[in-house]
Amino acid sequence: MSTVRVLVGTRKGAFILTSDGKRQDWKVDGPHFAGWEIYHMKGSPVDPDRIYASQTSGWFGQLLQCSTDGGKSWEQPGVKPEDATPTWPPAKSNRFLYDVSPETGKPLTTHQWYDGTQHPWEFKRVWHLEPSLTDAETVYAGVEDAALFRSTDGGKNWNELAGLRGHGTGPKWQPGAGGMCLHTIILDPADPNRIYIAISAAGAFRTDDGGATWKPINKGLVSNTIPNPTAEIGHCVHHVAMSPARPGVLFMQKHWDVMRSDDAGESWREVSGNLPTDFGFAIDVHAHEPETLYVVPITSDSLHFPPEGKLRVYRSKTGGHEWEPLTKGLPQQNCYVNVLRDAMAVDSLDECGVYFGTTGGQVYASADAGDNWKPIVHDLPGVLSVEVQTLA
Amino acid sequence: MSDALRSVRIILPYHLRNLAHVGAEVALPVAEPVTMRRVLDALEGAYPMLRGTIREYETGERRAFLRFFACEEDWSHEPVDAELPCAVKEGKEPLLVIGAIAGG
Repeated sequence: MSTVRVLVGTRKGAFILTSDGKRQDWKVDGPHFAGWEIYHMKGSPVDPDRIYASQTSGWFGQLLQCSTDGGKSWEQPGVKPEDATPTWPPAKSNRFLYDVSPETGKPLTTHQWYDGTQHPWEFKRVWHLEPSLTDAETVYAGVEDAALFRSTDGGKNWNELAGLRGHGTGPKWQPGAGGMCLHTIILDPADPNRIYIAISAAGAFRTDDGGATWKPINKGLVSNTIPNPTAEIGHCVHHVAMSPARPGVLFMQKHWDVMRSDDAGESWREVSGNLPTDFGFAIDVHAHEPETLYVVPITSDSLHFPPEGKLRVYRSKTGGHEWEPLTKGLPQQNCYVNVLRDAMAVDSLDECGVYFGTTGGQVYASADAGDNWKPIVHDLPGVLSVEVQTLA
Repeated sequence: MSDALRSVRIILPYHLRNLAHVGAEVALPVAEPVTMRRVLDALEGAYPMLRGTIREYETGERRAFLRFFACEEDWSHEPVDAELPCAVKEGKEPLLVIGAIAGG
């Protein structure tokens, strides 16, 4: 029977939740890295027991952790003294150094600061880790201040794909309230050279040559919080989702507005439809029905909690526009949590499971595509990210 | 000046002990003159998982929310090549790596 493994990053550690394919009874394992912020964990599609984790702290900085046994044990890649050569001397697995070389870094050293002046790029943390679809040793990291890094040796060493920052609009990028983070990385299963990324508050970008060159893909986005609402860059994209079964069709939760692109981001159109509010962070797509998508509407950019204190997932089975609230098993009064951008995921069982975590420490699961929900856990630290692995 | 090795005691904050899989205190051989730079080099050499967590990779600067105390004095702002107090290099007193207090 299948096993489902839910990887939960929180403000104070990592938790691993496991269940069989019925997804009714759950084992909760953790906290791993107790006391540390775990921004994101994700397993390799090639080797699901290899899980990468971003461990970060305001005191001690950024660490990269890796498990090769499904999260039972962890280590920083390449730093064990007992490792034989060539892994000794130790790798710099937590070193994310921006490329400022004249050859590839251009060099690009500043972006726009809150006051409109230029500000140096300063590494703060890894927001998102995206393991390669084809090679367990290759993993991408989206970082704050916004940049994309890649490791091809299991996280031991990292190199920036500097063409993103250097493609031309970098000096105009500016941080949102949560910092200038590269939070979304989507690898196209049909085209190994195509990668989508998104940055708050710069927008979405795409490469078609494996990361060497990039272009903004924000046509059709309208943001009234920037001087030119239809500018090429400057949009606060909160998250982007794509069904692996239908590459090229993207769904976006922008600061305000739920958007859709049917041409790999070349153009976008709004599909917010009858949502009670189109502000939000999380968005995801059903594993088998590429026109079925999920969002969690949040009241506004000033009120980061659900409208009316009711926690409702909204589902569209028509690719947007028409939405239905999903409420069974979710609190419908006095609920004032948020659901962050990387805190929703789906499994790939025949009956698609949907999962999300809240800033209040609950992780909710639905084993029937959203019709019914129940909490797996109630009282974790605030949830930063949720990923799901469906294991044979 | 000499190349004599001193056994220097270092007390790490909770999270760094866990990272390094050590107890509250470690003792490491450090060549004289015993300076902050040499102690941290020895610490990171013995426990490479700590590299980057106490001082920045590129600049070698102390991370902002950490402090170094020795012999009831704050050594956080002293030059990294200044010789540490005799009591530290003689192993009578530890060097303390302290995380800045924060909470609410």
